[in-house]
Amino acid sequence: MSTALEIAAAVRAGTTTARKVVEEHLAVASAREGELHACNLLMTDDALAAADAVDEAVARGDDPGPLAGVPIALKDNMCTRGVPTTCSSKILEGWTPPYNATVVDRLRAAGAIVIAKTNLDEFAMGSSTENSAFGPTRNPHDPSRVPGGSSGGSAAAVAAGYAPLALGSDTGGSIRQPAALCGVVGMKPTYGAVSRYGLIAFASSLDQIGPFATTVADAAALLEVIGGHDPLDTTSIAGPAPAVTAELGRGVEGLRVGVVQELSGEGIDPDVAARVGEASDALTAAGAKVEDASVPACTFGLSAYYLIAPAEASSNLARFDGVRYGLRVDGEDITEMYNRTRTAGFGAEVKRRIMLGTYALSAGYYDAYYGKALKVRTLIARDFAAAYEQFDVLISPTAPTTAFAFGAKTENPLSMYLSDVCTIPSNLAGHPAISGPFGTGDDGLPVGVQVLAPALGEPVMFRVAAAIEAAAPRSAS
Amino acid sequence: MSKLDGWELVVGLEVHCELRTATKLFCGCPNMFGDVPNTNVCPVCLGLPGSLPVINRQAVELAMRIGAALNCSIEPSTFHRKNYFYPDMPKDYQVSQYDEPINVGGYLELPDGFRVGIERAHMEEDTGKTVHLGGQGRIHGSSHSLVDYNRSGVPLVEIVSAPDMRTSEQARAYVAELRAILVAIGASDGRMEEGSLRADANVSVRRPGEPLGTRCEIKNVNSLRSLGRAIEYEAARQVDLIDAGEKVQQQTRHWDDANGRTITGRTKEEAEDYRYFLEPDLVPLAPDAGWVERVRSALPALPAARRQRVASAAGAEPASQAVVTVVDLELDDLVCAAVAAGADGRTALARASNEVAANADAGRRLDAGAFADLVKLEAGGALTATQAKTVLGELLEAGGGDPATIAAARGFEAMDVSALDATIDEIIAANSDEWARYCEGDSKMQGFFVGLVMKATQGKADGKAVNAALRERGGR
Amino acid sequence: MAVAQLTREEVAHVARLARLELSEDELDTFTGQLADVLDHAADVEALEIDDVPPTAHPLPLVNVLREDVVMPSLDRVEVLAAAPHVEDGRFVVPRILGEAP
Repeated sequence: MSTALEIAAAVRAGTTTARKVVEEHLAVASAREGELHACNLLMTDDALAAADAVDEAVARGDDPGPLAGVPIALKDNMCTRGVPTTCSSKILEGWTPPYNATVVDRLRAAGAIVIAKTNLDEFAMGSSTENSAFGPTRNPHDPSRVPGGSSGGSAAAVAAGYAPLALGSDTGGSIRQPAALCGVVGMKPTYGAVSRYGLIAFASSLDQIGPFATTVADAAALLEVIGGHDPLDTTSIAGPAPAVTAELGRGVEGLRVGVVQELSGEGIDPDVAARVGEASDALTAAGAKVEDASVPACTFGLSAYYLIAPAEASSNLARFDGVRYGLRVDGEDITEMYNRTRTAGFGAEVKRRIMLGTYALSAGYYDAYYGKALKVRTLIARDFAAAYEQFDVLISPTAPTTAFAFGAKTENPLSMYLSDVCTIPSNLAGHPAISGPFGTGDDGLPVGVQVLAPALGEPVMFRVAAAIEAAAPRSAS
Repeated sequence: MSKLDGWELVVGLEVHCELRTATKLFCGCPNMFGDVPNTNVCPVCLGLPGSLPVINRQAVELAMRIGAALNCSIEPSTFHRKNYFYPDMPKDYQVSQYDEPINVGGYLELPDGFRVGIERAHMEEDTGKTVHLGGQGRIHGSSHSLVDYNRSGVPLVEIVSAPDMRTSEQARAYVAELRAILVAIGASDGRMEEGSLRADANVSVRRPGEPLGTRCEIKNVNSLRSLGRAIEYEAARQVDLIDAGEKVQQQTRHWDDANGRTITGRTKEEAEDYRYFLEPDLVPLAPDAGWVERVRSALPALPAARRQRVASAAGAEPASQAVVTVVDLELDDLVCAAVAAGADGRTALARASNEVAANADAGRRLDAGAFADLVKLEAGGALTATQAKTVLGELLEAGGGDPATIAAARGFEAMDVSALDATIDEIIAANSDEWARYCEGDSKMQGFFVGLVMKATQGKADGKAVNAALRERGGR
Repeated sequence: MAVAQLTREEVAHVARLARLELSEDELDTFTGQLADVLDHAADVEALEIDDVPPTAHPLPLVNVLREDVVMPSLDRVEVLAAAPHVEDGRFVVPRILGEAP
């Protein structure tokens, strides 16, 4: 399959049509969807109509935009006007938003064609897509394995060739971890670099939308389209999207790269650790100065995250109450209606996190749990700041393991939570991080290497990611 | 119900003021009362999944104005989420300032000089409106309820007073003064009956000198009159409880205006636990010194200053009813302009606080020069008070005009002073016995002679001038 | 400061606050699972970091404001069409047990 940039160039040059591109990708999706279940909705008619509009623009001599005719899949927690948006939850089944997320408007303005809404762990809570109310997504590399999560549908859709691009959301690793497990590129931008308007919130202070792609260059192009200030999101950073494409060819000569020790030892599978070692050797060979780095407070990241994210989620998900939209299970009085609706509408993991967050915020426990976790956030930010005095970027594994089997971690929520140990610190700090594939584990499944950078450090981060990509063994798929 | 003999009433007030902005606090929907239900709604104020709030600059500006007018310190502030389930609240949390409010520590001075402390005046969003069906419109006994989110997200400032008030009259005076201030600074339209100003009263009783008693919060008070009644009812209820050997339970009670009583709100099976935390979708407010200074220096004259000004112009007491009335009705400029044009202050204030006040809308449009001329004619004796009121009525109707022309058209010719003197002399001569009694100090004779003079002049004489002339002649 | 072991009663209380109904079995399962997570968080709870300021938010932004300009509202028909139950142009809810707190 072609890359997004190749498709856009061909469509703009008139050497192919958007309709042809979209039809080809929809054909792939139709062929594999029965097995993989990457999508909650394939938007065949809408996509073809949008493709025709792009082709008409090209025929008129208008520029349809930098992603002209490029198919893209959207995680089904981003609002699409007139198109059902479910968060893979029964509580939102059948709901059709009356508005578009900002990223959706930006994609359309750039000529991209939204072809699908992809499956996810319900409300983005999970690391395997097994928590979808509509059934799990399977890993295209091995359908007996999970694709990771929560953006497992988007990762699988890109890995299987439904589309060269997808959007996911990343609260504690929900883009990077499935990207690693599916052998694609996935990136979480600096907090505030991409508008959250229209992204159904999980944990507002941690959520970021970011790109999935098959190449670092495609991910860069997509980030440039969706990023930049949005007046509808108070937490959006002023100014344009980070300019990263121009950085890709600059190499890593002289860059200082730190290998995070706290994310490299205990709990990381040896084959995964070996691939990270090879990636750092490749960077050294390319002229970078690679050394061990320490970010001590990272070890508290998981605990802090599993207090902060559920706390915010418990509040963000209160609105699903059966009054204004979505599921309602009636009752004799309003409390009974609330209880029945929410009990029927939310799955076990969502309930667990709502409970955990409600507890962490409740009177008597706030200081011990939520309050403490916010202080840990400060410690992590400080430790990162100290590390970035010495290093331009940091690297680590993206996930401790390759794709695991269905059911392997569903019985013990804590074991599932540990899948996010390497990705969580960036969310707590609000920093960007990217995962790119680098070889395979002993099981032949993809391994992801993560590059971390300080806030707004996307340009240097993409340089390093491009160098790792250039040195990576050819993909297993 | 008991009297409060031997008990001291303690009242603190929480006043919610809907800000007079064009749009809501966090979205661009119109901030409009009385529109068709659920028309002024969008993803943000309906709490649709994925929507995000953005703070309205004008709401912040008005909140700061309120702080400045109440002598508060204007501080960097943050917003929290107050979490609880209720159908009028589309997100099932309310965004409100919590431990870092925008305004802290001020005071409000009542017309009589009594100062009520202001603890804080913070920003928050309003809820939607619920109507209850099948229970005579009340929540209790209703079968179901209907929700309109037009009001959801309207900007509010909640002004929290210290528990400084000791009588229901003080509480009413406080709300009246606060309302006047909020209207004067353009923060509120002051319409209590439409709910744009809502007062909750924290009421407790104690023996003088003892620590504060347990308080009850009285909600649903939507007029000054109700406020006074609710406080008095509640205080008496608490005294009855204590006298009966029971304890006052801290609770929220609702004022039932129709039946003149407070009734208990929700029964609390479990203590409220709002799980406050910083609203992650917003960032702090930190108005710089320049912005704060601009707000403070742009404040218009507040009611207290205006009462002072018009009182000194008219030679009246600032706390007098006439002064309070003209300032409340924004007729003080009319009085001051008349005085500046050389008219008599007392007369101007009297006409403004009575006849003009009765038609205040027209009064605020009345040409100040015409009003000044009228006051001059009356004070100079060219028109009697009765005549002046008639002419004033016409001026108000027309918005202005020449009082002398109107008076002439009505046949209110000015009574010549020498003609009046001659008439009085004739009457004295014709009633010499009565005059002798008058001169000896028989006060009833004053009215007797004034009546005769008025009769003789067919009411055209100025009563004041007649009285003065009689006194002069009688050596009184 | 050590926080006492999570109890079943606390989990039930939290479920009521969150408007969730849990069966007896779920209550047991959740109590165990939440206790595991909180045990894992004991490392955070045990930190002596009283002097560390909290970070609630990764961005140092302040005063992000919009102008007081009216924007289009949603179409009322569309808004009400999404609702489970509508009467007289308003959202219907079952009997409410008490006034707002």
